[in-house]
Amino acid sequence: MMKENMSNSEESLIKPKTLEEVRAMIKSHKRNDFIFSSIGLLTIIFALLTLLILFVDLVMDGYPKLNYEFFTDFPSRRAAHAGILSAWVGSSLIMLVTFVTAVPMGVATGVYLEEYAPKNWFTDIIEINVTNLAGVPSIIYGLLALGLFVYTFHLGQTIVTAGLTLGLLMLPIVIVSTREAIRSIPVAIREAAYAVGATKWQVMLHHVIQYSFGGILTGIIIGMARALGETAPIITVGALTFIAFLPPAPLTSVPPFISFEWLQSGFTVLPIQMFSWLSRPEHAFHINAAAAGAVIIMLTLLMNGTAIWLRYRIRKNIKW
Amino acid sequence: MAQNKLDIKAEAKNLNFFYADGTKALKNVSLPVYENKITALIGPSGCGKSTFLRCFNRMHDLYPGNRYDGQILLHPDNTNVLAKGVDPIEVRMRISMVFQKPNPFPKSIYENVAYGLRVRGERSKSAVDDKVEEALKGASLWNEVKNRLQDLAFNLSGGQQQRLCIARALATDPEIMLFDEPTSALDPIATVNIEELMSGLKNKLSILVVTHNMQQAARISDYTAYMYLGEMIEFDATDKIFTNPSKKETEDYITGKFG
Ligand SMILES: Nc1ncnc2c1ncn2[C@@H]1O[C@H](COP(=O)(O)OP(=O)(O)OP(=O)(O)O)[C@@H](O)[C@H]1O
Ligand SMILES: [Mg+2]
Repeated sequence: MMKENMSNSEESLIKPKTLEEVRAMIKSHKRNDFIFSSIGLLTIIFALLTLLILFVDLVMDGYPKLNYEFFTDFPSRRAAHAGILSAWVGSSLIMLVTFVTAVPMGVATGVYLEEYAPKNWFTDIIEINVTNLAGVPSIIYGLLALGLFVYTFHLGQTIVTAGLTLGLLMLPIVIVSTREAIRSIPVAIREAAYAVGATKWQVMLHHVIQYSFGGILTGIIIGMARALGETAPIITVGALTFIAFLPPAPLTSVPPFISFEWLQSGFTVLPIQMFSWLSRPEHAFHINAAAAGAVIIMLTLLMNGTAIWLRYRIRKNIKW
Repeated sequence: MAQNKLDIKAEAKNLNFFYADGTKALKNVSLPVYENKITALIGPSGCGKSTFLRCFNRMHDLYPGNRYDGQILLHPDNTNVLAKGVDPIEVRMRISMVFQKPNPFPKSIYENVAYGLRVRGERSKSAVDDKVEEALKGASLWNEVKNRLQDLAFNLSGGQQQRLCIARALATDPEIMLFDEPTSALDPIATVNIEELMSGLKNKLSILVVTHNMQQAARISDYTAYMYLGEMIEFDATDKIFTNPSKKETEDYITGKFG
């Protein structure tokens, strides 16, 4: 439906260019291309180099500690024996809670807002809120969670509280990426599905969710990676800095074989463990901190890498 | 059955259509769609051909605020497909559609054709297999794809994709098939393929086709309707429209004297 209205009157004012002029013009346009791509390349190199130096520095500092025991030892007063067992277990369990709460809610909200919600002032307000939530400083989430989960719902300074807090933090990321993924599906594909007699629900299930899956997954992983590195809200809801025990195991040997006691356990997480070591005066602990930092960065890179790979794999079959 | 008597498969009666923004895109349009015939809709860009076509399968219901006023009766049961009480899904199960640009799903060739059956809850694998084969044959695509049914539909050429979309629309045994400029994105050879295909299809069903290409309308259609600015200017047998139209506007458009 793009019909241009050509106004002939203006065209006549433009004099035809000679071949030389055209060549000169193309040349100057190409120079702009070159300048722009050089600047782009430089900034990318700068950004990547900074990250690389940081990472290499951490790995080199923490190298002596990056061994098997580091992952199986509890924190300890003696730096040489201190490890990140309680921290990575805490991080993992909290991520699990975060995932289980934020993903279904975020995806459902995204699908609802994009596909079902009527367009009125109420949904407009929700939309503006969701978009802004993604930019709220994380400490604010921590304060909110402290008031809501700890003081109002009496969930305590526990794994479930931390998981829900990070879930809140991740929710807008999942919602926004779900909506974006859905929006990229061409109208023609939806119409094709409706035209053979599909109901809205079938279009959602067989098409919209499937084709936006790559994008949603990417959003989830990037949200998780961000949640993994969060410190401020976790401190606010009361993470411990020194834990020499593990939460009760989620799987038990007696029926019903599954236990949720761990949800009520105190916890620490990787970035907090790192921070606590860093605030010690002894140099030996700084090595531990560097090693923990390297682990966090590696995990984050791994998650982001997975997201990119998955998106590539899933998008490969979808060309539009 | 009487060979000569023309059965009306569907007819639009005094149809007005309003887009959500208030645009009145159809003004009191009436048109019969004869059984086992091809009816072509021609007219300048923006005159409401697509709008009219998409009323037949209630496509406009997908977007809030659009409003129909008038009737499209579907025979033999005399259902008014535009009636509030009639479910658009039910209408789309009886009247299928092929779009301007090929729009296969990013799924396998087989799944594309089978999708209409899946939507109807068909579970039997062999029944679906048979139908898919039948539809692909009906769309003259079977020989080209029979050994690669599990390939992605996107790997087909544009013309093949459009025939796949026809197979998809055909698999559910529709009573009417709507085509909105089905060949405008295709090269001449693929266009001829689709035209032959449509001519073959009319034994099974009734066809309503929008086209910008007047030669195409003349080649394939039995009846032609000329629309202009949302109004039905003239409807008649294709021969009559192209050789001896009764309205001056139609003649101007057909002879290229138009605007
Ligand atoms: N979604 C819409 N909202 C409002 N007006 C619309 C919409 N779609 C189309 N129209 C208007 O309705 C009129 C008819 O459009 P339509 O697409 O039916 O024309 P057409 O005959 O199919 O044209 P073409 O040959 O270019 O496809 C046009 O004036 C167009 O601007
Ligand atoms: Mg059109």
